[in-house]
Amino acid sequence: MKKINTKREPFSDTQLLMTITISIFICMYMSAIGFLGGGFLHVQQLFDMLNDNASLIIVSCGLTIVMIGGGIDISVGAVTSLVVMSCVLYLSNGGNIFVSILLALGIGLTFGVVHGFLISYLEIQPFIVTLAGMFFARGMTTILSVNPQKVSHEGFSALRDIKIEIPWLGYTAKNGNLVPARMELGVVIAFICVVAVFIVLKYVRLGRCFYAMGGNQQSALMLGINVKRTRFLSYVISGLLSGISGFVFMMHTGAGNATNAAGMEMNAIAASIIGGTLLTGGVGNVAGTFFGVMTLTTIKKIVVSSGLNDPWWQNITTGGMLCFFILLQSIVLTRRNIKKKAKI
Amino acid sequence: MKKSFKNIFSNGLGQLTIPIIAIIILVVFNLIRDPSFFSIEITQNNEGNNVLSGNLISIINGASELAILAMGMTLVTAACGGQDISVGAAAAIAGSGFVKILKSGDTISGGKVILAFLFACIVAMLFGAFNGTLVAVFKIQPMIATLILYTCGRSIAYWINGGATPTFSSSIVNAIGGFIPGIPIPTPVLIVIAVGIIFKLVFHFTSLELLTQSVGINGSAARLNGINATFIKLLSFIILGLCVAVAGSIGVSRLGLINHETLLLDIEMDTILAVAIGGNNLGGGKFKVGGSIIGAYVIQTLTITLYAMKVSSTDVKAYKAIVIILLVVIGSPVVKAKFGKLMSKFRAGKGNACVKGAE
Amino acid sequence: MDGKELLTMRHIKKEFPGVLALNNVDFTLRKGEIHALMGENGAGKSTLIKILTGVYQMDDGEVTIEGSKVSIHSPQDAQNSGISTVYQEITLCPNLTVAENMYIGREDSAWIRRKEYERRADEILSRLQIPARSTQQLGRCSLAIQQMVAIARAVDMKCKVLILDEPTSSLDDKEVNMLFKLMRDLKAQGVGIIFVTHFLEQVYQVSDRITVLRNGELVGEYLTEELPQVQLVSKMIGKDLDELSSLKENSDTEEEPGEVFYEASALSSTQTLPFNFKIHKGEVNGFTGLLGSGRSESVRAVFGADKVTGGIVTIKGQPAKITRPIDAMRHGIGYLAEDRKRDGIIAELSVRENIILALQVMNGFFKPISRSESEAFADEYIKVLQIKTASRETPVGSLSGGNQQKVILARWLLTHPDYLILDEPTRGIDVGTKLEIQKLVLKLAEEGVSITFISSEVEEMLRTCSRLIVMRDRHIVGELKGQDLNQAQVMKTIAGEIKVKSPDQLQAMKSIAGGKA
Repeated sequence: MKKINTKREPFSDTQLLMTITISIFICMYMSAIGFLGGGFLHVQQLFDMLNDNASLIIVSCGLTIVMIGGGIDISVGAVTSLVVMSCVLYLSNGGNIFVSILLALGIGLTFGVVHGFLISYLEIQPFIVTLAGMFFARGMTTILSVNPQKVSHEGFSALRDIKIEIPWLGYTAKNGNLVPARMELGVVIAFICVVAVFIVLKYVRLGRCFYAMGGNQQSALMLGINVKRTRFLSYVISGLLSGISGFVFMMHTGAGNATNAAGMEMNAIAASIIGGTLLTGGVGNVAGTFFGVMTLTTIKKIVVSSGLNDPWWQNITTGGMLCFFILLQSIVLTRRNIKKKAKI
Repeated sequence: MKKSFKNIFSNGLGQLTIPIIAIIILVVFNLIRDPSFFSIEITQNNEGNNVLSGNLISIINGASELAILAMGMTLVTAACGGQDISVGAAAAIAGSGFVKILKSGDTISGGKVILAFLFACIVAMLFGAFNGTLVAVFKIQPMIATLILYTCGRSIAYWINGGATPTFSSSIVNAIGGFIPGIPIPTPVLIVIAVGIIFKLVFHFTSLELLTQSVGINGSAARLNGINATFIKLLSFIILGLCVAVAGSIGVSRLGLINHETLLLDIEMDTILAVAIGGNNLGGGKFKVGGSIIGAYVIQTLTITLYAMKVSSTDVKAYKAIVIILLVVIGSPVVKAKFGKLMSKFRAGKGNACVKGAE
Repeated sequence: MDGKELLTMRHIKKEFPGVLALNNVDFTLRKGEIHALMGENGAGKSTLIKILTGVYQMDDGEVTIEGSKVSIHSPQDAQNSGISTVYQEITLCPNLTVAENMYIGREDSAWIRRKEYERRADEILSRLQIPARSTQQLGRCSLAIQQMVAIARAVDMKCKVLILDEPTSSLDDKEVNMLFKLMRDLKAQGVGIIFVTHFLEQVYQVSDRITVLRNGELVGEYLTEELPQVQLVSKMIGKDLDELSSLKENSDTEEEPGEVFYEASALSSTQTLPFNFKIHKGEVNGFTGLLGSGRSESVRAVFGADKVTGGIVTIKGQPAKITRPIDAMRHGIGYLAEDRKRDGIIAELSVRENIILALQVMNGFFKPISRSESEAFADEYIKVLQIKTASRETPVGSLSGGNQQKVILARWLLTHPDYLILDEPTRGIDVGTKLEIQKLVLKLAEEGVSITFISSEVEEMLRTCSRLIVMRDRHIVGELKGQDLNQAQVMKTIAGEIKVKSPDQLQAMKSIAGGKA
């Protein structure tokens, strides 16, 4: 039998946008090594970026799912913050480490379920619902404690100090000692989340339903997809991931603070967009989102390393980068569609 | 009799029903809790003016910036079917521009204040036009397009201020943020009234209202009637820019300093809420600026009520969220339909009972 | 060819507020037949289809499949009973691949067995000879392929009844032939196909049987070979040929046409082929032809509603450039769009606001019509056109179809146009209003307004127009006036039994045909 599928498919919108992101990330990192050298040559630099952003990566995964389904969830940062504060207080008062994990997941899940119910079954605008969720979570955080809280819990400290050391990726410090590359446990969890979401989106029926729903809701309905349940589940997953993110955040900082994860929701949205997820839904990929986070972080690192130490430079370059990506996507997709129409 | 009463609620007030009911409930709640809650007294402020004070005044005064922004946001929402989340950041930029001009010389004269305000307007309109171009020309959703300015706006303000939080003192500027000598009403309230009147006049002397609604409700039909939708969308963002400049200038004048990080912090969320509580569809279309203004006062009343109940300013958000959810759940079409069905069933049941009774 | 009865619909009744969309309609589909469902706008075809696919619920009647009664409440129910539909608007997801589109929503496990789906999809695609690969992104395929993928999905679901709703309207000849081959293959496998189309020739190419609906009622069921094309047209339009010849002769007294108001040569838009067209002052002409023949697209090009791609336009002898609707409006042209809901009314705005909209746009941004003035305008036109509305502030969306149409008419009349294009102004409205609108058209023409009138009902056009331009399959195939202006002649021209007369049009057709090939 002759092979039908020898020809390689042209990129889909999702793949195209993701490829652009990844290549820009690589170019940027290379030029950072070229011009700034030093720290960027060490793998540790990359690991540090991951260590600092593990929870952002997790949250962005959830947001990507919601955005692929055509929705928006701006509560993710606030929920993360609430989870951090709750777990910190619970642990500080002598709680059990496993129960605290359950607590984190439970809080995230509750937010997800309530959001999902209000949005998909009561048909309230997602922006308003998750905005209220964000207000509620932020308010609850300060109600729990206005002052920063530090965790002092043996089990937790043990967990927090687990570091994955990879000697051969390390570097030799000036005094001749080998400093192994260190990765925190949170990064591993983040990777697990990325892979899990990737599998869900690609190989699980539900994942393809997210794409179908975001691509064309009416068609999805006609194709026999339970759109309401699918939308509900997208918010539940996002909530759950916010819970996980909260726990990872706590493992990174070891303390709870009312201003934790401030502005994280917008960073997550920005990362998803840079990674090629469209807010209109139906297009996006969690791998792209991962590189979106890394791109954002790299920009910030480069800005800091080039001596523009003021924090406002970071934001301005982030904004500029975001503007660049949004316009690029708009132009690329419009041109593609025009070409396609001309073909017909 | 009953019917006409019902008509008032379903037609006469229309989209204003929920915000008005909300404000009435809040007022009644406060009166029960503390009968003197809304009492107004005349006190002397630091500058020796006789001014009005009390909870009512602080509600009306405090909601000024929110109300002004909500008016502009209503237009953007109606025309584009999306919201501008960069108003807080843009206000910080406009406020910085305002202060920059004020501090450019030694003295602060009346002319300079006007110049500073005009500069703030131009800056804010430029940023509005930037957002508007992304939305109207490049067809990017408003929230995404304005995310750019949301991310970097406050940093631009920081850059304008040279990394400091410049302060200034001038009786003229104080009068803008506080009281004009001889007038017991806070100036921001007067500015809100003025902006409201300007909106009214704009709607009266241009066809903005009709064209905006047409674009928002049915873009295709609007186009076939010769409406330039791109222009209308762009214009809505530029008008919002003006509102931002006014709000930013008020905010700066109140404090006598510009802090890029805290000026009108998180106001974009409150603004969008005000628009939604005002009964405007966040998906665009028909709008009532009046509704958004009432929405702004609902939010502020709620905030002040919570403060009066000794809720700390950081915790207010949680209670606010509960009220918001209650409001939108009541306003949800699904809940309305379910409730309507229940009512008609109830009525039918009652009708049957009557018939049976007659038999 | 007398197969077993596969699907029967008996005494179907469906009522919408104010309109009886279907009244006691029967429909029978047999195994292994292609059954064309015909009728003009508002005949009830799409309502019948939607009842069958679970989009609407019928008020009365029963549906049986292979002898057993079924109740269909949702698209899922329809699928489960073996009814699959392929709509004109593709109801697949453009962002997924071909294989995913074929299997989504009906996988048996929670996991996607991508390789298996792709293999099965490729198998089916090659069996049906559809030139697509299972791994292609659907949105990158042509519309024809997308349509066929939808059919392939239906086939793979072992559907018994396949409904094709206007499947050919966006396909070219080659693609249509591919589709027909597919349909015949399926027929041979015993699938019953309901074929809805506006292209008469296609009906005669593939269908075995024809059911005609008109105004929500069943006209009859016929074997295709026993029903000549002209007969079919007359059944759809609702007049017998014999009856027709006696109808009207008022255009005998042909007046000298006034000066030419609008003239276009080789005008074309993204939706039309180049065509020539002119209209005199005070003249009423019409574009006729069945839906999809290009009649609406032509007038949209005149108004600048679609992107104009070429042609020279003169208005009152002066060259004019019309690329956007506002240009046309400034030249005194008004356009009442075919799709009232999508392109006409601003549903949530009041009657008053809808009436003044066009005038307001022409007046410009800074010259708003004052409230009192607009109220006066609204009241005037509500009275003149007898618009039935609770008040002038009632949202126009809550009015009946006929009254909505009058509101849009009022909108254009208020601009005092020199040339008014009315595309299907009488669609879906009651008889009384139809007559009023026709009278109005004649009255306006007397006052010197040029009017282009388009309607699916030929009779209506004969009553109003002094010149008819006949279109078929996107070509102008004839121009009728004076003696030729009678129903029989029109129908024959529409149905294609009268060959094109004017040589330049023949030439145009040839060049177009050549260009297409």
